[in-house]
Amino acid sequence: MLRLEKRPQPSRAWIWATPLLAVALTMIAGGVLFALLGKDPLAAIRMIFWDPLFSPQYASYSRPQLLVKAAPLILIAVGLAIGFRANIWNIGAEGQYIIGALFAASVALIFFPSGPADVRIFGRVLFSYDVAPARWWLFPAMILAGALGGLLWGLIPAILKTRFNTNEILVSLLLVYVAEKLLAAAAVSWLRNPTGAGFPGSRNLSQFAEAANHELIANTGMHWGVVAAFIAVIFGYVLLQRHMLGFHVRLAGQAPRAARFAGVAPARLVLFCLGISGLLAGLAGMFEVAGPARMISIDFNTGYGFTAIIVAFLGRLHPVGIVLAGLLMALTYIGGELAQFRLGLPSAAIQVFQGMLLFFLLALDMLSNYRIRLAWKEAAP
Amino acid sequence: MMDLSSINPVVLAAALMVAATPILLAAIGELVVEKAGVLNLGVEGMMITGAVTGFAVAVTTGNAYIGMVAAVLGGAALALVFALLTQYLMSNQVATGLALTLFGLGLSALIGQGYVGISPPRTPKIDFGWLSEIPVLGPVLFRHDPLVYVSIFIVAAVWWFLRHSRAGRILRAVGENHDAAHALGYRVRAVRVAAIAFGGACAGLGGAYLSLIRVPQWTEGMTAGAGWIALALVVFASWRPWRALIGAYLFGGIVVLQLNLQAAGWRIPVEYLAMSPYLVTILVLVIMSSGRARRSLSAPGSLGRPFHAAG
Repeated sequence: MLRLEKRPQPSRAWIWATPLLAVALTMIAGGVLFALLGKDPLAAIRMIFWDPLFSPQYASYSRPQLLVKAAPLILIAVGLAIGFRANIWNIGAEGQYIIGALFAASVALIFFPSGPADVRIFGRVLFSYDVAPARWWLFPAMILAGALGGLLWGLIPAILKTRFNTNEILVSLLLVYVAEKLLAAAAVSWLRNPTGAGFPGSRNLSQFAEAANHELIANTGMHWGVVAAFIAVIFGYVLLQRHMLGFHVRLAGQAPRAARFAGVAPARLVLFCLGISGLLAGLAGMFEVAGPARMISIDFNTGYGFTAIIVAFLGRLHPVGIVLAGLLMALTYIGGELAQFRLGLPSAAIQVFQGMLLFFLLALDMLSNYRIRLAWKEAAP
Repeated sequence: MMDLSSINPVVLAAALMVAATPILLAAIGELVVEKAGVLNLGVEGMMITGAVTGFAVAVTTGNAYIGMVAAVLGGAALALVFALLTQYLMSNQVATGLALTLFGLGLSALIGQGYVGISPPRTPKIDFGWLSEIPVLGPVLFRHDPLVYVSIFIVAAVWWFLRHSRAGRILRAVGENHDAAHALGYRVRAVRVAAIAFGGACAGLGGAYLSLIRVPQWTEGMTAGAGWIALALVVFASWRPWRALIGAYLFGGIVVLQLNLQAAGWRIPVEYLAMSPYLVTILVLVIMSSGRARRSLSAPGSLGRPFHAAG
């Protein structure tokens, strides 16, 4: 008989070995899945994990995409990881991401150089104004707006939890659907492109130099969102590993009673964790709408907020791990698109692949928390 | 201008039961799971898996009932993955539930690819004869498909099981205090695995109700948060079966009213009306979790806590 014996402390070696093992197992299970779909498993795995980086044919296009896709994932996951460490579960990052983008796009579109403009509420003209030419401050203002939007949306579940003891998991998740409806409303009404022939979607921000999130170095995919993700990782590392607040976060997650004796105020921690993760998700939305997505549209959000949950766990809730995990997940997105294009692999297969990865990771986590012992019959109680 | 007279209260009340049934099924399943002390956040994933397996099998076999059986099995199968991870591999319940939802959404999209835009085989309504001819009550209560009545029957059965059967009392003991239940010789894990499988089966059936009867069609992500609303409904119900029924019907009423207002051309844009079910759910959660209402909540004592028998 196999018996599990709880380790007094999680094994450090296994903590870092399990993600690698989980990736390997997911590749095998994914290969089986691809074979079932009638694709050559080896070719598919190669196309997902190798070709985007090293194939002479695709790498020139795919490599820059790596940073473009990884930046929002890392930015969001760093924030989520702080909360997850404290057992505070923000699973509504997708909603905070949307609201951040809406706030930022709204600021940008107010200053869109289009001549005299009207401010309308429910179709009635409230007042008209002539747009002053936007300056250097517009982009920083958009960053602030995006952060503020995400922060406010993240604070809703936090305040409801601290004031009314409402479950933050359910509220943050339900608010994703509310945010999606707000996004749809914005795309067809208040942010709709007035010169877009009535089609849903806002003006194209890439045609507005002061508001666009440009590629900083040509053909690298490096944009301001990547810079922000880099700063967030450093911030997260210092906070979690070097700062008293980070110690409180970890303490509250591992030993809530001890945390209270140590003077950690649970309410303030909830506000902080949900606020910071909302803020970072809002920033991710801002950089996306001003950069790669270029505009507000009904299908603006593509699930980064949910994939970031996988990234956070795969990165062991550690900022450095999250960088690696974010790059890997970005690779599965890019490689998945490549495999969809070249091999006709359905896009949903990549979603299944990502889901499997989280399953394997959670299953293998047992190895870092427990020892497996062989127990003979007579040894059993 | 809105025309409220186009909203017929009898039609509304009849539609409400149909709108409520999928979340009622999912909620009553989750209620049993939580009564056993396990928090499975994967309801959305199990529902959509049920929706797609039920739809695919019903279309392939040409029989909606075979589809529903497949949905029950599909939901339960996914739930057993959750059971394996949380009960035997001791993984975190919150994270595993989320994984179940993410995986279920992907898997269903993959399976459902070939089934978009197809109509499923029809599920005939039950013929109650003269009962369905009674004015007002007839159309509201006696002109539904069998699953509406099955869902009410399941609520009654769960109520009886938890309240009056020995097995139900063991399940509640396991949920209230798993260490004590273990010391008394009850098999905590086995009870929980069974409860989780039942929860998955119910969620799967709820999903199939969406794709085979309520909509009836397959579209990607069609559950649209119904699984999460079912989770909130369990809190609303304070873990009591009949309250889950009342909650589901109240919620169904809001959904149907909102759809009717959309159709009646109310001046509020469609998107804001479509938000209302989620906002109402949040509001209800706030009311139920705060103040005096909170004391009447009776969350199972061991809810969400991992159980590892030492020694």
